Amino acid sequence: MEKIFQKLSLSSASLVFIILMGIFITLFSAAKPAIDEYGINFIFNPAWNKEVAIDLPTSTSLETPSNSTLTDDDAIDDEDDMIEDEDDMMIDDEDNSETKTIYGGLVPIVGTLLTTLIALVFALPIAMGIAVFLAEIAPKNISYFVGIAIELLAAIPSIIFGMWGLYYFAPIVADLVGGYQVSLLTAGLVLGVMILPFMAAITRDSMNTTPAVLKESAYALGATKFEVIKDIIFPYSKVGIIGSIILALGRALGETMAVAFLIGSIFVLPKAINDPTISIPVAMANNFGEASGLGESALFYLALILFIISFAVISLAKFYFLKKAK
Amino acid sequence: MAVMKIKKFSFTYPGVDHPSLKNITLPIEQNKITALIGPSGCGKSTLLRSMNRIHDLYPGNRYEGKIELLNLETKKYNNILEIKKENEFIKLRQQVGMIFQKPTPFPMSIFDNVAYGLRIDGIKNKTELHDRVEVALKGSALWNEVHDRLDRSAMGLSGGQQQRLCIARAVAVKPEVLLFDEPTSALDPISTGAIEELIVELKKDVSIAIVTHNMQQASRISDYTAFMYLGDLVEYDKTENIFLNPKEKQTEDYITGRFG
Amino acid sequence: MRLLINKIFLALSIFSAVVGLAFLGWILVTLFIKGLGSFHFSLFLNDLIDGGLRNLIIGQFILAGLASLIGIPLGMTAGIYIQEYGRGKYASMIRDLSDIMMSAPSIVIGAFVYAIIVVPTGGTSGYAGAIALAIMMIPVVINTTDNMLSLVPRELREAGIALGASKYRVILDIVIKAAKVGIMTGILLAFARIIGETAPLLFTSETSNYFSLNLSDSFPSLTVSIYDLANEPEESSRDLAWAASFILTVMVLIINLTGRYITRNKK
Repeated sequence: MEKIFQKLSLSSASLVFIILMGIFITLFSAAKPAIDEYGINFIFNPAWNKEVAIDLPTSTSLETPSNSTLTDDDAIDDEDDMIEDEDDMMIDDEDNSETKTIYGGLVPIVGTLLTTLIALVFALPIAMGIAVFLAEIAPKNISYFVGIAIELLAAIPSIIFGMWGLYYFAPIVADLVGGYQVSLLTAGLVLGVMILPFMAAITRDSMNTTPAVLKESAYALGATKFEVIKDIIFPYSKVGIIGSIILALGRALGETMAVAFLIGSIFVLPKAINDPTISIPVAMANNFGEASGLGESALFYLALILFIISFAVISLAKFYFLKKAK
Repeated sequence: MAVMKIKKFSFTYPGVDHPSLKNITLPIEQNKITALIGPSGCGKSTLLRSMNRIHDLYPGNRYEGKIELLNLETKKYNNILEIKKENEFIKLRQQVGMIFQKPTPFPMSIFDNVAYGLRIDGIKNKTELHDRVEVALKGSALWNEVHDRLDRSAMGLSGGQQQRLCIARAVAVKPEVLLFDEPTSALDPISTGAIEELIVELKKDVSIAIVTHNMQQASRISDYTAFMYLGDLVEYDKTENIFLNPKEKQTEDYITGRFG
Repeated sequence: MRLLINKIFLALSIFSAVVGLAFLGWILVTLFIKGLGSFHFSLFLNDLIDGGLRNLIIGQFILAGLASLIGIPLGMTAGIYIQEYGRGKYASMIRDLSDIMMSAPSIVIGAFVYAIIVVPTGGTSGYAGAIALAIMMIPVVINTTDNMLSLVPRELREAGIALGASKYRVILDIVIKAAKVGIMTGILLAFARIIGETAPLLFTSETSNYFSLNLSDSFPSLTVSIYDLANEPEESSRDLAWAASFILTVMVLIINLTGRYITRNKK
């Protein structure tokens, strides 16, 4: 019985590993057609779902054109030179307009990174302020209730942030700053409000690990609260705080619903911060239903990229936390 | 007669180079109280915990020598260091019980706590369980205080009561040997006194080994005392001899408070 | 001068807390006003096809419930392994991987389940949605089980072993019981979290306008429908989305507060 129980719990634990590997493998194989087709340049290509005409050689050219790159996995820079199939070369009718659809992930990738950056910049000072308030300034009762309030903010489903953001928050921002209501900026700010409680909670917990004797020694020397926080608590919990920031970053990268309402969902690079654009999760959310073939594969390519970025960022946070534990 | 014979026993913790116990030879006399004393780090708890092999919850320990336990039925000694199988470990711990420094009531009712060892041994008969629980609680001087609230959670008892509960729980299984690891160091003086009285009472039925850092306690209640220092057994003798007429200078220094 | 800086800093800190609370209040007030404004009891009696929310609410609970049936046992046993049986590298690797999965993008998990279940079975299904939610739930349950078990003092386990109990009995009878309250709270919070999720359901179980208990087809979901309704041009759809958002938030907050209330009693 003991052995059975041991094996059972081991299998459940191993499931975590299996699922994670499974996600990676599945994403990769579903993305493979797009990876083969577009290569690494996918990351830098802003064109999404664009039809392009394929330039065909004139009838005089009988030999294999030198830029036939069918089996080459490497980047094909100039989309106009792409040649689909050797058979096409036989068609020497200059009027024939073969088109193919190009997918490039630059816009959603940039959108994802920028919204996250905006969210971080917006949320960081406020989250730090809240954490300091909860950990050091507020008396126990208030700290308890405000703490609960902050945790409730974290519990609100992301779609609610989307609704509130779109109909209430975004119009105000657009009034203040000008530009579109659905934009990189509004999406980033609402994302910031979402990661705010998370960052505040972890930072507060980190700060609370500072030994009381350390703080007391500083106060006993006549330090002000600000100085104790600045010189004792922050350095002591620095690692945990940085870890919390990176972890929040990881969360923000993958957020879908709030951003979906607010970013505008167009595959155009924003020229200004209050221009609409798109992010990877939103691109997926909007297009998965109708996508097929290379388009669907391109979405999986985006998913894979997002997965790898999140994985890397969160692992980085873990290493920071690990360091802290020592 | 010795109910346990420790012979040239050495013990090394996992991942550590030097042994924590070196070549210990020591008897645990039947129906007597043997105290293990010594300064912090001398290995007394390590030795005690070897006697029921609780170290083996954490794998990787290295043993040398023997610890022989008397089987009361066959009158034969078995080396408990050779135990490998799960069911033999279980049997060992039913023969050699342990009480810890911090009282450890299980999150269940008082009755269920005391009955726990019996239930996992397969005893289901309600009358038998009831009888044995009552005997155990009486034997731990707790019955009068709790007999009318056996269904209530054990967590509601005071520290001293919880520790007596743990003793009742261990005693219910009818072990040969009871190991006490600093049983009163977390308790107030009055509870401490009650527990000491209890331990002296218990030696009628079990043989006792007790680790204590409180020398007065050792001299009060024990029949034999072993003084340990840095993993060695420095001296073992009747308690009066250790305290009034120690043979080793180290022993004398410790007893008189020159160190430790 | 130092005192001045101190005062300014403290003021800023209090101000941040106020800002944080203000956002919470703003969102809740908005939900209340818009949600209650569109709220009427017939929402609970009609399905979406008739302008109500009944099928969606029930559907969301069913999806979350099924996910919990899968996720809780798997998460708890895995958490038990990591804390009680695991030694060394494998256990801590699983712990790390579980933490990573906890923060993984929910839409990626949706895409994963889409690829391994929806595509081979030829269509969206409630099962696929529930599995996606379960995958999200497992790391959270692992984390909470692991943490709560680690709070149980070592001596309690040793006392059980010292009585002759085998390890699994000590875990089940003693350790889990001792950590029971904390684990229950963690599970409730995990449930509250997945019941509010949208992205994993978007292309796995989608949603449905009709009342359904058939998990092998598109399954009604409150969250997915909020998204659909909000994107529709009609004012009435958006009002319904607000009412649904209100109900969803109330649900989530109640479950959340219940979880906290349980641990509060313990302290």
